[in-house]
Amino acid sequence: MKFLVLISNVPDTTTKIRFVDDNKAFDTTGVQWIINPWDELALTRAVELKEAGGIESITVANVGENITESTLRKALAVGADDAVRIDAKPKDAFYVATQLAQIAKDYDVIMAGNEASDYNGSAVGGMLAEILGFNSVAAVSGMDIVDGKLSLTREIDGGQQKIEVDTPVVTIVQKGIAIDPRIPAMRGIMMARKKPLTVIPPVEAVEKTEYVGFELPPPKAACKLVEEDNVKELLRLLQEEAKVL
Amino acid sequence: MSILVYTENWDGKFKKLSFELVSYAKSLADKLNLPVTALSIGHVTDDELKQLGNYGAAKILNVADNRFDSLDNKALAEAVAHAAKTEDSQIIILSHNNVGKAVAPRITVKLNGGLVSGVIAIPENFDPFIVKKKVFTQKAFAHVQIDADIKVLTLAQNSFELIETENKAVIEAYDPQVADDVFSTTVKETNKVTGKVLLTDAEIVISGGRGMKGPENWGGLEELADLLGAGLACSRPVSDEGWRSHSEHVGQTGKIIAPNLYVAFGISGAIQHLGGVSSSKVIVAVNKDPEAPIFEAADYGIVGDAFKVIPQMIEEVKKMKS
Repeated sequence: MKFLVLISNVPDTTTKIRFVDDNKAFDTTGVQWIINPWDELALTRAVELKEAGGIESITVANVGENITESTLRKALAVGADDAVRIDAKPKDAFYVATQLAQIAKDYDVIMAGNEASDYNGSAVGGMLAEILGFNSVAAVSGMDIVDGKLSLTREIDGGQQKIEVDTPVVTIVQKGIAIDPRIPAMRGIMMARKKPLTVIPPVEAVEKTEYVGFELPPPKAACKLVEEDNVKELLRLLQEEAKVL
Repeated sequence: MSILVYTENWDGKFKKLSFELVSYAKSLADKLNLPVTALSIGHVTDDELKQLGNYGAAKILNVADNRFDSLDNKALAEAVAHAAKTEDSQIIILSHNNVGKAVAPRITVKLNGGLVSGVIAIPENFDPFIVKKKVFTQKAFAHVQIDADIKVLTLAQNSFELIETENKAVIEAYDPQVADDVFSTTVKETNKVTGKVLLTDAEIVISGGRGMKGPENWGGLEELADLLGAGLACSRPVSDEGWRSHSEHVGQTGKIIAPNLYVAFGISGAIQHLGGVSSSKVIVAVNKDPEAPIFEAADYGIVGDAFKVIPQMIEEVKKMKS
């Protein structure tokens, strides 16, 4: 089985969010870029499965300009075999999915994170599956290969299900697929330098959505404190002032 | 032309989000002078289906077909797209939850439409169509324009009030014509609790963090949650340590929730945790450390020992209820 793990290049999750250009663009000044946390968990599980001998190869792919190459190198250091960068500014989910479809058609299992931590779209994996005519499984929190078949755990309301699904398939994964992301070892970092990173040009595609403006949430009022032994007063405030009880 | 809503039920009862979706659709429909059609896939009684009319659905398409029980994403997307074509729907609305996130991107591609996910308000403009959504995991908002005739929106849970209206709903049995060979998901085993409050549907959520010190100390939180009819949640270290199931983890990489009241015991409030709970209407924090970042996000707080506060709260809630 050949795996493709989609990698989004996102600002570090502790980044202070600011906008420039009359609130029309995200301010990337001084931003540290990382592998999107869910993509990192997906990659971690793929590497574990490969080490267990269950899968043939892992490719990572990203749609982005050359600044995303260090993120792809990190994915190679974690354990992917090769990387593909589609050289284009990621415009919207449909645009990105159309780009990825060029290469994704040749894989058995495609892993996408539940969402990217920047624009929270949760859309590329599902769109890619539809463009390719593949099935997709969302909310995947566990993945194994059993007798050469893909066995998945997915989250449902109030619980979990074990399912089997035919390949090729796009899996949209969340927390649980792996617990801690794998940190690249020095040997992995050295090896990553020699692993192939192919750059391919984008195909023609029309985006369907555009970001026309941003805003930050209004500042929050100060927290009202009550004494530790006066829980009664807290409940009174919740009932009479906040009206949530 | 119409607005189509994809509703969801749990064990035959509509989730609250289904009524939110219909209320939201009705608000749009009134501005655009269009009818609202609700699609229900599952095993729901006519009495329950009729409830969708209380929030403004004019027509309810009922698909009672066991094959969809496997939640096959491809098949569900075909069914919704079929309904959208039949109803000539310009706008299609789903929840921004696991099922909505799975289906919405697929139908968007099928219908050559444009998708905005995690929408939190009525569109601010219809021509061009611009709507507000959350970005950067609740740290900011964006205004997104859709440049396609068909608009697909996923609505963030608990971001729109229920609005009751006169019920004029008509229920129709509906066959979305999905062929057998489209279904390729086989369910092997299901483990689910019933009768409990769904975390993502809960109006009140009680949550514990590392400050609770160990899984043996969760009894008080469970009792409190039961008394309040609340959902039970935890922070990431708690689920990583295996004290509680991952299904209870709320935060950036766990579940994103937006209850009316979120009560955090022994949670410091790392930015990743706040990303999952900051849309709660009211946040209450109980923590020993007055410098804990959770107090910056909280509306009410107690700087103190959760083990002293929890028993008092149980007593006071009991008094309140009696």
